[in-house]
Amino acid sequence: MGVGIEVRGLNAWYGKNQSLNGIDMTVPANHVTAVIGPSGCGKSTFVRCLNRMHETIPEARAEGSVKVGEMDVYGGGSDPVEVRRRIGMVFQKPNPFPTMSIFDNVAAGLKLNGFRNRKQLNELVERSLKLAALWDEVKDTLHKKSGASLSGGQQQRLCIARALAVEPEVLLMDEPASALDPISTSKIEELIFQLKQHYTVVIVTHNMQQAARVAELTGFFLMGSLIEYDKTEKIFTTPADKRTEDYVTGRFG
Amino acid sequence: MRWRACWCGASPAELRGRVPNAIAPAAPRPLSLWRRFSDWGATGFAILAAILVLVPLLAIFVYLVIKGVGSINWAFLTQTPKPPGEVGGGMANGIIGTGLILCVASVIGVPLGIGSGIYLAEYGRNRFGDVIRFTADVLNGVPSIVVGITVYSLIVIRQKHFSAFSGGVALGIMMIPTVARATEEMLLMVPMTIREAAYGLGIPRWRTTLSITLRTASAGVITGCMLAFARVAGETAPLLFTAFGNQFWNLKLNQPTAALSLQVFTYAISPYDDWHKQAWAGALILILLIVGAVAAVRIVTARGRLGA
Amino acid sequence: MRSRFQQGLDELKEKLLRMGGLAEQAIDRATEAYRTRDSKFCQMVLTGESAINDAEREIDELALDLLAMQQPMAIDLRFILAVLKINADLERVGDQAVNIAQRVLDLISEPQMELPVDIPRMADGVSTMVQRALESFLDGKAEVAEAVLQMDSIVDRMKDEAFVVLVQKMHDDPSCTRQALDVLLIARALERVADHATNIAEDVIFWVRGADVRHGGAHYRE
Repeated sequence: MGVGIEVRGLNAWYGKNQSLNGIDMTVPANHVTAVIGPSGCGKSTFVRCLNRMHETIPEARAEGSVKVGEMDVYGGGSDPVEVRRRIGMVFQKPNPFPTMSIFDNVAAGLKLNGFRNRKQLNELVERSLKLAALWDEVKDTLHKKSGASLSGGQQQRLCIARALAVEPEVLLMDEPASALDPISTSKIEELIFQLKQHYTVVIVTHNMQQAARVAELTGFFLMGSLIEYDKTEKIFTTPADKRTEDYVTGRFG
Repeated sequence: MRWRACWCGASPAELRGRVPNAIAPAAPRPLSLWRRFSDWGATGFAILAAILVLVPLLAIFVYLVIKGVGSINWAFLTQTPKPPGEVGGGMANGIIGTGLILCVASVIGVPLGIGSGIYLAEYGRNRFGDVIRFTADVLNGVPSIVVGITVYSLIVIRQKHFSAFSGGVALGIMMIPTVARATEEMLLMVPMTIREAAYGLGIPRWRTTLSITLRTASAGVITGCMLAFARVAGETAPLLFTAFGNQFWNLKLNQPTAALSLQVFTYAISPYDDWHKQAWAGALILILLIVGAVAAVRIVTARGRLGA
Repeated sequence: MRSRFQQGLDELKEKLLRMGGLAEQAIDRATEAYRTRDSKFCQMVLTGESAINDAEREIDELALDLLAMQQPMAIDLRFILAVLKINADLERVGDQAVNIAQRVLDLISEPQMELPVDIPRMADGVSTMVQRALESFLDGKAEVAEAVLQMDSIVDRMKDEAFVVLVQKMHDDPSCTRQALDVLLIARALERVADHATNIAEDVIFWVRGADVRHGGAHYRE
């Protein structure tokens, strides 16, 4: 089951440049929340701060409070590696590990964290691939084909399966379908809709129609600040802030 | 006034009389003579350059085969050298000795080289890393005899005897820069997205570097190791002061040991005709051993690759 | 900015305003026909109907295309929805003008009677409502639209008064029943036109403010 995310006063910097200004946001459990905004508005930075990926970039830092369920992500004793184990991430460009088979790709997160039980590994890999709607297509070539030999849409679903295999509570997706063709995109969107039953999903997208299709809540970011955050229908029919309206009607960005 | 034909290649006269038709484009204009000539010229030059590179390599190899193959026989491969003046004997101890010394060199050079390469690529994008990089490049250029003398004064004098071990150390030191730089380059070529995928799964950084990044770059790293190996396999000067050479069998690491390159050197500058012939044979065997080792590694690693 | 889309929106607005002009014109002509009892005005109204119907069809098509091809959001989406609704209301206004014209033709064929109902005054009020509603659409001004909403109750009252007066007249003088009924129907048609003008004003408020002010309340999305 998923958990909710509470963000209070989140600030982030790249070196001296502040890229996020005091973000306050509550993401409810088992919902899909979309984050939209023009290029450079901080939406990717925001999502990367949720699982402490932001600080892997040299000279990047973040401050503030992010609570994922009971876990205080930036708290005193918090270990970034542990945080990332409980918050999964899927990236814009599908990035399966090229030298590993499909099975090894999905199992990577488990195996490299010490998980050894062969039978359980098989079960978890199968379950993850089924959740990602990829099982039927690859079940016969799990160990023979490499992760990189699949098509773009399949690779992205493989990455989703890989992220799900470590059983996170939250799934972050940074423009997961932007590199895919329309049919793969709609498969991924369908998948996201199914996933929210088990996980909390936060999806960054620059495609407003996609946000409208998959998300229940939408947050509009502009120049590092959260301008408006509300039900998706409201954002797209009667947004409260003029800047939101200008963005969703295509008048800028 | 010269009229410039439009980009599609049709002349103005053709365009004037014709309705634009997107489905049937104009026939492509044939390449001008100058274009064709320069095309062939460039290709020809490239082919010529490749041939010119191969020619010396093949020439050496063929010459070696001609001069050396006659002296390769079972005795050569299994016997130790006979005293000077006597005909016969072989370089068996040199073959084994080379193998021994190269093993020591690899055990020293490969892990240290890969370790340095990992540091430089993953953690060393800073001033300190630049210093290390510079040092490695300088070390690469240090003459092999200087390395030999240094190891002589650091190890041989202290131990008061020559040894295969010190020979291995000298060659290992020479391997490090090549392996380190190759490892660094290959690791840098692994896209950041692969590492991020691993971080996103909650895999610690060190584990990511070893099990994911290094594994992805493994083909290139292995090539780097083989390059270093092939280079030091034939080094003679450092071994002069460290392994020193030996007329007899020796499998102990702390004794002077024969090496093919040393024996080729000794025999080649000797006044004995028989020894000259054996030098050619020794050189040929050395080349074959190196080629064999590289090929074996390639075969073994290729078998591990997955299908597409 | 999306210029093709903006052009489409501008075209839609223009077409709708032109149709509004036709509808206004129809009401004015019908009123003039009543005032002058001249059948030529009635004919003009009847022949002008087809232009209004054609305009309705064109506007619906253009709106549909814009929705399908441009994926409008927020205020643009509300605008197109408002246009579709106003379109329907204007077409009904045209229909009511035709009804009035037909009643006037009937009155012309009957002997002239004095009836204590000031139809022209009512028609002026209604015409003003339609005009203001279309103005509010042209300028996108919700305040002007709100003023139209206020005027509806006045027209309703005028119609109720006419009803009472005419029923009394029919009771007192049965010979003028036919004419009285015609006038009553004309009053009712005018009252319907006022309702349509109110609808138009409500649609404008929805477009501009995103508030659903129909049926008396102000409903904002939660």
